[in-house]
Amino acid sequence: MSAVDGKDAGTPEQHTTRKPAGARAPGGTHASESVSEHVGESFDDNAGENLGDTVNESVGESQGANADQPALPRRAASSIQLKGLHKRFGNEVAALDGVDLSIQPGEFFTLLGPSGCGKTTLLRILAGLEALDEGQVVIGGRDVTEVPPHQRSVNTVFQSYALFPHLSVRDNLAFGLKMRAVASREREVRVAEMAEFIKLGSLIDRRVDQLSGGQRQRIALARALVCEPDVLLLDEPLSALDAGLRSQIQIELLRLQKRLGMTFVFVTHDQQEAMVMSDRIAVLDSGSLQQVGSPREIYERPANAFVARFMGHANLFDVTARDDSRSDAIRLTTPLGVLTAQAPGTGSLLLLRPETLDLRRRPASEFERHDVLENHLPGRVQERLYRGSHAEYRVEVAGVSVQVVVNNRGGQLPEVGDQVDVVVAAQDLITLGE
Amino acid sequence: MAYHATLATARSRAVVAESRHLLLTVAPGALWIIVFLVLPSLYLMSVAFMTNGPYGLPEMPLSLTSFQQLAGQGFLGWSPGNLMTLGRSLWQTVLSTVLVVLVAYPIAYYISQSDQRWRPIMLLAVVVPSWTNQVIRTFGWMNLLAPGTPLAELAEAMGMIAPNMGLYPSNFAVTLGLVYNFLPFMVLPLYAAFEKLNLSLVEAAQDLYASPLKAFWHAVFPQTLPGLLAGVVLVAIPAFGMYVIPELLGGGKGMMLGNLVANQFAGSANWPLGAAGAILMLIATFIGLYAMRRIGKRLGGGEEVVI
Repeated sequence: MSAVDGKDAGTPEQHTTRKPAGARAPGGTHASESVSEHVGESFDDNAGENLGDTVNESVGESQGANADQPALPRRAASSIQLKGLHKRFGNEVAALDGVDLSIQPGEFFTLLGPSGCGKTTLLRILAGLEALDEGQVVIGGRDVTEVPPHQRSVNTVFQSYALFPHLSVRDNLAFGLKMRAVASREREVRVAEMAEFIKLGSLIDRRVDQLSGGQRQRIALARALVCEPDVLLLDEPLSALDAGLRSQIQIELLRLQKRLGMTFVFVTHDQQEAMVMSDRIAVLDSGSLQQVGSPREIYERPANAFVARFMGHANLFDVTARDDSRSDAIRLTTPLGVLTAQAPGTGSLLLLRPETLDLRRRPASEFERHDVLENHLPGRVQERLYRGSHAEYRVEVAGVSVQVVVNNRGGQLPEVGDQVDVVVAAQDLITLGE
Repeated sequence: MAYHATLATARSRAVVAESRHLLLTVAPGALWIIVFLVLPSLYLMSVAFMTNGPYGLPEMPLSLTSFQQLAGQGFLGWSPGNLMTLGRSLWQTVLSTVLVVLVAYPIAYYISQSDQRWRPIMLLAVVVPSWTNQVIRTFGWMNLLAPGTPLAELAEAMGMIAPNMGLYPSNFAVTLGLVYNFLPFMVLPLYAAFEKLNLSLVEAAQDLYASPLKAFWHAVFPQTLPGLLAGVVLVAIPAFGMYVIPELLGGGKGMMLGNLVANQFAGSANWPLGAAGAILMLIATFIGLYAMRRIGKRLGGGEEVVI
């Protein structure tokens, strides 16, 4: 239990003196550990090794990510531990079915999954807006399982923004501080600071219904941030924006999170958005975790067929037989033919990522040579979508359709109807479980 | 030039045709309002400025005697009776409206949160009593409040009324009757407001550290304000002019402005005084509506929330 905590100690004094980093270190049970290197980790850091190691995760307190110009005072970021979460609505299937998760301080953590997978339920449980059937929620070292939402130092950016329509922008921003009984002078200062920080100074006296979607989105964000919560929760905050604005705000949000070093938990169903923004992603389906890891791990080494399909992979093929007799390589029999792999794993599905494949054109006279060259699959181009920077192909190999993405380096791009070899490197072959 | 002229002619012809069409559609309604509302109202107002004749009918010359009488000036000197009736009417209106709000608010909320299947039935249960004639329902209350009934005996045992006296006629009975009578007019608009309540605003308030009570005040109440103010208008205006309930449940000390006016046209036979009373009621009502509008604007953040 932390010594100082936001919501239950809502006196003005406590908010005027901003806590130094580390002041909220939990009492003794966990080792303190800096995780500032967490942000911008490379694939090789292999954050996914933490998978399953959720309960004994260290509750580190740190300043969070490096920032170039912190405009707002940094406070200690909080970790989150979720243990054995179960939630069921009425007689329906479980919304959450035994979720264990550990989120690092200062991490941009994304809950990704199709609608109805339980990601929003999980977020609402973090906010305290949904009660748990079973399990434990620990935020910043403090067990908040039974704590009502207004006593949690957690703020949410709602999908619908949920701005108060009868209040001005200023009063919307000040709402949380007012409820926490922050003195009016400090309230004004902090609201003005936040308005400037998020670049909506000129809108401050408008009514919220006079603003555009992008502006409302910013205000919803500012309204949550001005309270300086331990954790910021974002429930598909960009889904109502058009594509251009969306990618712009994605980048802004990402930079903001890095500058503040605050723990963000972000919910989305858009795998592109998740990959762009997250330090780590948890993929959910039917109320249970499918995989937790960095964007690269999730995309390049999906744990199972669900994750692979959700990340947009279409080239999944059954492995009908495997031959381990060679010492340096494993031969996999698939509907496409026999392929040689280096360390494909033990799954029953072969994943070919379209961008790891290559196409080689060759004259028909050499067509009989295909059994000579390893991992050259003879096929015929069925379809080509030219995208400028690259081209997407559908190639028929042994009666099966394979997707291939070829970078446009200025050389020849095979045409529809061409006889081609689909070439795959042995080290790029991986298999997954169902 | 010629082209423009033609165009202008065509356009004005279209306007004429359209306004003629509009006039035909509006005429019956307008005629109805003029004949049955505007003209009688004008007549009533003019009556107020006439002299009372020997048989209670208005006569010339014009005078302000009726307003003096309304203010309490009689041939026996000044008496506060009429002003007290006005004060009682205002008080009864405010009191019963507040009580109606207090009773209707939880009912409307409860119905809006109930199972979809039961809501129409519950609303029906609220509305059905008002399908019976108001006079009959008020007679029902007389039976409930009469001496010797369980309610009266309970009040007697608690020392609230003298022995063998019923709970009516009294101001209490009038308040009770008003609250009972106008409840549906508050429940329905409040229910409509509750039904489209944006719960995410309530959750946002909770998320932003509002305790349940504060979340109600800052996130629920403003959303129900349009329904509440509509309900207040629907309740307060007819309650202010109510005739039947104070007549039956109020007795001499429970009289309201409606009864005063009605008496001038019937028993007391002083039409100018009755007309002056009616004008007073109109003025009071307009002041009330104006105040409501101001309050609504203020609470609603500058937006029109009523009428």
